[in-house]
Amino acid sequence: MSDIAIKVENLGKLYRLGEVGTGTISQDLNRWWARVRGKEDPFATIGETNDRTSKGTSDFVWSLKDVNFEVKKGEVLGIIGRNGAGKSTLLKILSKITAPTTGKIKIDGRIASLLEVGTGFHPELTGRENIFLNGAILGMSKAEIRSKFDEIVDFSGVERYIDTPVKRYSSGMYVRLAFAVSAFLEPEILIVDEVLAVGDAEFQKKCLGRMKDVSVNDGRTILFVSHDMSAIQRLCTQSILLNKGVVGFSGYTGKVIEKYLTENHQSASLKWKYKGDMSKVSLKLISAEINEISAGEKNISIEISLTYFHNLIHKDSFIAVDLHDSRENVLMQALPTLDKFLKFRSNEYSNYKLSIELPPLIPGEYFVSFWAGSHNDQTIDFENEILRFEIVESPTEGRLFPHTTDHGYVVPFSSIAPNN
Amino acid sequence: MDSTNVLTKPERPTLPSVESEEWTEVIQPRTNLLDLGLKDVWRYRDLVMLFVRRDFVSTYKQTVLGPIWFFIQPLLTTITYVIIFGNVAKLSTDGLPMMVFYLSGITIWNYFAQTLTNTSTVFRDNAGMFGKVYFPRLTMPLSIVISNLVRFAIQFGLFVIVWLYYLLKGGSGIHPNWFIALTPVLIIIMGLMSLGLGMIFSAMTTKYRDLAMLLAFGVQLLMYATPVIYPLSSITGKYRLLILANPMTSIVESFRYAFLGSGTFAWSYLVYSLAFTIVILLTGIIIFNRVQKSFTDTV
Repeated sequence: MSDIAIKVENLGKLYRLGEVGTGTISQDLNRWWARVRGKEDPFATIGETNDRTSKGTSDFVWSLKDVNFEVKKGEVLGIIGRNGAGKSTLLKILSKITAPTTGKIKIDGRIASLLEVGTGFHPELTGRENIFLNGAILGMSKAEIRSKFDEIVDFSGVERYIDTPVKRYSSGMYVRLAFAVSAFLEPEILIVDEVLAVGDAEFQKKCLGRMKDVSVNDGRTILFVSHDMSAIQRLCTQSILLNKGVVGFSGYTGKVIEKYLTENHQSASLKWKYKGDMSKVSLKLISAEINEISAGEKNISIEISLTYFHNLIHKDSFIAVDLHDSRENVLMQALPTLDKFLKFRSNEYSNYKLSIELPPLIPGEYFVSFWAGSHNDQTIDFENEILRFEIVESPTEGRLFPHTTDHGYVVPFSSIAPNN
Repeated sequence: MDSTNVLTKPERPTLPSVESEEWTEVIQPRTNLLDLGLKDVWRYRDLVMLFVRRDFVSTYKQTVLGPIWFFIQPLLTTITYVIIFGNVAKLSTDGLPMMVFYLSGITIWNYFAQTLTNTSTVFRDNAGMFGKVYFPRLTMPLSIVISNLVRFAIQFGLFVIVWLYYLLKGGSGIHPNWFIALTPVLIIIMGLMSLGLGMIFSAMTTKYRDLAMLLAFGVQLLMYATPVIYPLSSITGKYRLLILANPMTSIVESFRYAFLGSGTFAWSYLVYSLAFTIVILLTGIIIFNRVQKSFTDTV
């Protein structure tokens, strides 16, 4: 018997974009005909690599392509990557939810996946009935569940409500009960998606603790996907970095995370260029580019180079820089003082270097807008959310649970010490 | 390591397997079409029964009458038919009491129609669950067939009560015979047929939802092409062949013949239904098997 638990060979998954509607029947027939004649799928060849930001020419995209890796028994493997890198697809294939297009995965051991807690919970059924139903869905037999029933109820801490329909539960109780069932799964290989993103801090800690327990004490193999680098760092010895559907890097977790963070900064610092008509503009932002983002201990400094075109003289004009979150909420506004900005001549391009000291922001996507105008509310030029950057690292080191915007966007530097 | 070998699937012979190691499982793009993974289903048999239980409990929670609804529905339908088809349209019932004539047809038809419509949306209705966790997908249609069977048993009980009433009252022209012993066979054929058809539709609707629309009124129309509200004997000429081509016809007619003593029974008709069921079931299994592997991408 070898010590390999999972062996992934040349794994690929082709997805069709857009809507299924008219036209797809003819494509289906086309593919079917090609297969009958033993030829290659005519649409698979034009599949492009998975890049969600650029518009492709083909409707088919390789969500995963030529993925190869091995997981040893008892290893905890972290899988990281940006949104759309193929992490979820990989997990879905591993969990047998969807079949791969090419390649194969060999598995040694009973596998269970936890892409969500409480799958199949029925609101009308009682907690007791749902424990049995959910357990069976996750692959436990009735006898197995019965033998662990008391432990599950105990772990969940909802004993009093066990014979109440779960629709009467608070959402917290619901999640606790759901996780309790999954916590007592005993597969040899466990696949965990970001289930930790739900529930309160205490619950998340409990989840992580239980996972650590399972891997260290019981020696089980775990595949763990998360955006939370500190959780990955704590749990996983080895990690792989997925990038646009291919394995970008793999090795020791620390190195993989480092690689991921630097890569992320590069690709996120987007450039922007004005592509409109120049004849009628009087004051216009022509290009913007984030040159550098660097995180200090108490702040994040960001440097942006800007080019403005001035045609007419606007007295008292100044610029304002808005920072948005991904849901278009304005988080803060920077008002750089710039004497020279006012003293321009007409028909001239001028370059500026803008530096902003941002407070310690929580991980997430942020967008930058540029406003230029004279006085009060007289807008001359406004470009909305043209630059985008991502903060990946938590400003609080060694944090165990992910940040949510429920508690704001900024984690101010703070300290505590005994007061004698 | 006994438990890990339960799932062992042999590699396809066409692929040279170089590894000498034993794998518990191999995930690959396409597997044998007829490989249903029945072993897998057997391992999840508890889940099937839990799904059945869930169906019952959730349907009648917070209703005052609870399972009595199982009786009310066919009873009201029968009364409606007695009024509309029996008294207004004056369709023939082969000289049988209308109540027991319609109820026999409705009991059988309800099971078929209900199972078919329920299975046909199995992928769509459970897309959320299917997209998050793997369990043999076949457990779902199987649980539908079983839970409808329980429902059928209750409605069949109702039919037997009405039937006994007329039988004991006498003079109603009911002549039960030994073909009653065939009832389980009829039920099995009917169950498998609806399962097969349901699987075909469920697989197709994941991509083309038009079929769900088609099925909804298709089932309704099909009832009129089945001798539910009229006896087969009342149909003559070119339509008779059309009605006979409907595989449900012989089921309803045989059932009626066995319990009521009037109706058309022929072994050849029944064999036709059986053959049709086998073909449909195999087709259903193949299509379902193909779709279950990747339906989450298209649903």
